Amino acid sequence: MQDDDVIGKAYDSRLMRRLLGYLRPYWRSALVALAAIITHSVLQLAPPYLIKLVIDTYIPAGDLRGLVNVAWVYLAVLAGSFALEFVQTWLMQLTGQRIMYDLRMQLYAHLQRLDLRFYDRNPVGRLMTRVTSDVDVLNDLFTAGVVAVFGDIFTLAGIMIVMLGMDWRLALASFVVLPLIAVVTQWFRSNVRESYRTVRAWIARINTFLQENLTGMATVQLFRREGRNAARFDEINAAHRDANIDSIFYYAVFYPAIELVGALAASIIIWVGGLNVLDGTLTLGVLVAFLQYSARFYRPISDMSEKFNVLQSAMASSERIFTLLDTPVAVASPSSPVALDRPLQGHIVFDHVWFAYQNEDWVLRDVSFEVQPGQRLGLVGATGSGKTTIISLLLRFYDIERGRILVDGIDIRELDLATLRGLFGLVLQDVHLFSGTLGGNIRLGHEGLDDLAVRRAAEAVAASGFIEDLPGGYDAPVAERGATLSTGQKQLLSFARALAFNRRVLVLDEATSSIDTETETTIRQALEVLMQGRTTIAVAHRLSTIQDMDRILVLHKGVVRESGSHQSLLAERGIYYRLYQLQFQRSA
Amino acid sequence: MSSLERPASTVRRLLPYFHRHRRPLALGFGCILATTAIQLLSPWVLKFAVDDLTSGVTRAKLLYYAAALFGIAMVGGAFRFLMRRVVIGVSRHMEYDLRNDLLRHLQRLPPAFYQERRIGDLMSRATNDLNAVRMMAGPSVMYATQTTLVFVVAIILMVSIDPWLTLVALVPLPFVSVSVKVFGSAIHRRFERIQEQLSELSAVAQENLSGVRVVRAYGQEQAELGKFRVANQEYIARNRSLIRLQGGFYPSLTLLLGVGALLVLWQGSREVVAGRITVGELVAFNAYLLMLSWPMIAFGWVTNMLQRGTASWKRMLELLDVPPAIADPAVPVPLDPLTIAGRLEFRHLTFAFGGRPVLRDIDLIVEPGQTVAIVGATGSGKTTLLSVLPRLIDPPAGTVYIDGVDVRDLPLATLRAAVAMAPQEPFLFSDTVEANIAFAPEIAALPAAARRQAVEQAAGLARLDKDLGDFTNGYDTLVGERGITLSGGQKQRTSLARALVTEPRVLILDDALSAVDTYTEDEILHRLREVRRGRTCLIVSHRVSTVRDADFIVVLDDGRIAERGTHAALVKQGGLYAELHRRQLLEDELSAIGD
Repeated sequence: MQDDDVIGKAYDSRLMRRLLGYLRPYWRSALVALAAIITHSVLQLAPPYLIKLVIDTYIPAGDLRGLVNVAWVYLAVLAGSFALEFVQTWLMQLTGQRIMYDLRMQLYAHLQRLDLRFYDRNPVGRLMTRVTSDVDVLNDLFTAGVVAVFGDIFTLAGIMIVMLGMDWRLALASFVVLPLIAVVTQWFRSNVRESYRTVRAWIARINTFLQENLTGMATVQLFRREGRNAARFDEINAAHRDANIDSIFYYAVFYPAIELVGALAASIIIWVGGLNVLDGTLTLGVLVAFLQYSARFYRPISDMSEKFNVLQSAMASSERIFTLLDTPVAVASPSSPVALDRPLQGHIVFDHVWFAYQNEDWVLRDVSFEVQPGQRLGLVGATGSGKTTIISLLLRFYDIERGRILVDGIDIRELDLATLRGLFGLVLQDVHLFSGTLGGNIRLGHEGLDDLAVRRAAEAVAASGFIEDLPGGYDAPVAERGATLSTGQKQLLSFARALAFNRRVLVLDEATSSIDTETETTIRQALEVLMQGRTTIAVAHRLSTIQDMDRILVLHKGVVRESGSHQSLLAERGIYYRLYQLQFQRSA
Repeated sequence: MSSLERPASTVRRLLPYFHRHRRPLALGFGCILATTAIQLLSPWVLKFAVDDLTSGVTRAKLLYYAAALFGIAMVGGAFRFLMRRVVIGVSRHMEYDLRNDLLRHLQRLPPAFYQERRIGDLMSRATNDLNAVRMMAGPSVMYATQTTLVFVVAIILMVSIDPWLTLVALVPLPFVSVSVKVFGSAIHRRFERIQEQLSELSAVAQENLSGVRVVRAYGQEQAELGKFRVANQEYIARNRSLIRLQGGFYPSLTLLLGVGALLVLWQGSREVVAGRITVGELVAFNAYLLMLSWPMIAFGWVTNMLQRGTASWKRMLELLDVPPAIADPAVPVPLDPLTIAGRLEFRHLTFAFGGRPVLRDIDLIVEPGQTVAIVGATGSGKTTLLSVLPRLIDPPAGTVYIDGVDVRDLPLATLRAAVAMAPQEPFLFSDTVEANIAFAPEIAALPAAARRQAVEQAAGLARLDKDLGDFTNGYDTLVGERGITLSGGQKQRTSLARALVTEPRVLILDDALSAVDTYTEDEILHRLREVRRGRTCLIVSHRVSTVRDADFIVVLDDGRIAERGTHAALVKQGGLYAELHRRQLLEDELSAIGD
């Protein structure tokens, strides 16, 4: 997916057709609104004509009764316009909102299905823009843009027809200015588009800067970066301002230019029409009506140019939204997953697995191992050796390049994703907490877990102590990302979460590295209980966490270098032995 | 006090920003004035033209009228061009000022503020709300002024044609202002509620998108979708209530204006019949009325923008009014960060978070050059104890001293130049490895070669040099969102290098190597021995191997100092530390037996 700076064509029929597809469920409302718009534009034509009648017919005749009749017709037109405008605004905006709702849900649902590779490539800020502002821009399209353009077109056509009908020669004379409008508009469009692109690019940079520096504010302050950051922000901010000021120029030229063309048309009408009046070939009323019509002629045109911006941003936004929606889900359930006659037991086999995050940059090379149900496997190795990757592959966050990963003898790519992931209870080093309550963070969206189960899980991992100490206990609120909790407390919560979900295979990703030894002891006791009858795969830096594992794999640069029990690995006197020496020998 | 009750005081806070640009603004207003005056000339020309047409006129005069209309439009257009450039341009300058001020203010707010607030919400205020304020300051001010002017002058001209007819034409006016007022404040309220909900919606999405692994692993996709649906539905519901109002608002304005036009046509033509005014005057009158209709519609639009603008400005003021809880002292004690010896003293430091004591009566002195290790259980107060030193958390006055000066009496820049900290959860910026290490301003400002040298040296100490092979462009490799993803250990080591490169007088490592493997940690500790010489160091760790070489070790238990002493003394003492040590030793021995 590309950046925010991508600006597509101003009008793209393919995109437009797809956008209009979202209108389909609400076609009745849209149709009614359209009918209202058309009728409304027809009614708009009435007042100048009524004025013509008054000037040409009733005033010269002194017909007061006729004037009263005109007034009644006028009033009826007004009342009709009011009703139609209300119906149209209300229906169109409502439809716009519904479409926004649908689009957001669709986007969000798609985001829930996209794989981790996608998330690695796309910063959260960018995805947020898709879900929020880009969708909002599309709303403008439905409420203010496209539909209003329909109205404008009908108004224009109507005015032209009425003018031609009243006096075709004068009408043609006043249409002489139309090519000028085309020229001005074309000039405006091509320039505004370019400057709009620049402005968008700078907005994106402002957002990125803010997002990052607000999130890392403690670091900024700790290293006294405030001044330098302010200066850097100032640069981006100033560039954004200047890009905007450049774009003002085009608007500042465009609007007066259109008015000027309008004035030219009025001058032509006065001169040509006036001559005709003097010749007696045109009535004064028609001349006045012409002046009024032509005044009404230029507002829709400058409106339409305004709509052009809306259209342009909508095209750009929809392009980005559709690109996201069209991003294929690389990791998905197979169309016909293997049917299971009993729940997965957790017999795991890595069979000559090769994996790279990028191209041929192998993170795992030919990794093979097997874990029997109930077995405990420890993964050790230096940073970057590929331990965490193994876990990500097992949960099918990524698909492997070569080889196979089997669970209960079935290739995991042939299993239903939810079934596969339902096998694992994952505990990550960086604990992710959601807004809500402490209890809610253990239960997540699993409604089947009652309060008792949540409490039991918390007690088992010794998290109940600090939870109950907080005001509100399990109902105590969690601020964003659990900022008010210590790392250890967050870790305990995530343990409770894993325990509460009661999955067959426990997956610990350096889960205990940030817990102090004392707490770790408590947790290890809880884990002991938890691991009974469960397959466990634990990645750890600290060998103490994994030394009583049934088997330990030592990874080095993506290759399994050693494998065996703690004792046998020590006896081997290889990498593991060296790691072990380093970790424990000094304290002896 | 909400701005709804006192909108004036909220808006007044914006005046300094206008004041900065008073010259261009004055010019802009001049242009608005000129535009309006010229614009109002053309109906007058029409009046003469139409009247002359009814009474017979020369062809030359007709051409003169036509030329006059065009000429007026030319001059008017020139002023309009200037008006837009100047006034909207000023609003962009104001936006720029406001955004800079907002960032500067945000940079002064303490970490505690960011822990309470959601970043998505802050972002929304710095972008969406700022834009609404800009619209209020620029386009809406321009249109409001222009509108008011057209309004006043057109009415004067109308009165000069026929006072009675003017009165009739203005009958709907009171209704217009009543409806603008009633609708306006309701729209304002609803708009505020919509913005609130948009923040909520963003926050839900943000949390989900940044926690994608947990969501997937626990199969929370549907539950998350449900959460989002609720927020989304509420957002739409709030929008709907606004739509109903808006749907009625604009058409009702058009209707009222139409009634005015109708009244003029009816009454005006009767007066023409009665011979009190000419047809030309009626036409001119109608043209003025048409000119009035735009101001009245614009009035509604402007009101809307003003409402949104004030609502948004209020939300921005909420941020701007948060006092920087941790700031420079009024009378700072001048100290040169380079000559600070690094004697640390905690005097009866007691600290509570939301009523819960985190640190209790901490008394501790660290002599310059000493290395002190702090151990203790999760939640025993280790991080808080470290955080009060660089004032990430503010200690009570008279409790924490550097070289005998209360840290609260030092300028923040001095304090934080003297004290560098590597946190357990480091934050890296999407920039190059080098820029992340050379993060402190004095390092970032070094000439390229010197900077690279400093970075290489610090990276070497933090053992980041051995990862250089992973970085495709060496220290110029981009990390983070647009670059490569670093492992937890690599992040911690980058963050350590960032602290080391500043050569601080006091170095604080808050469990800063927890994600680094043992072998590398050992290498780092070995290299740090040199660095620690002549520097005061505070080290929090869970590993006995990391802390045993410290000059002395402090054991925290539930916010209190439970034990202190050297490794050997504490082991002998047989308390908490000895227990910790014994456990690690036991594990060691047990496996040794099996060997």
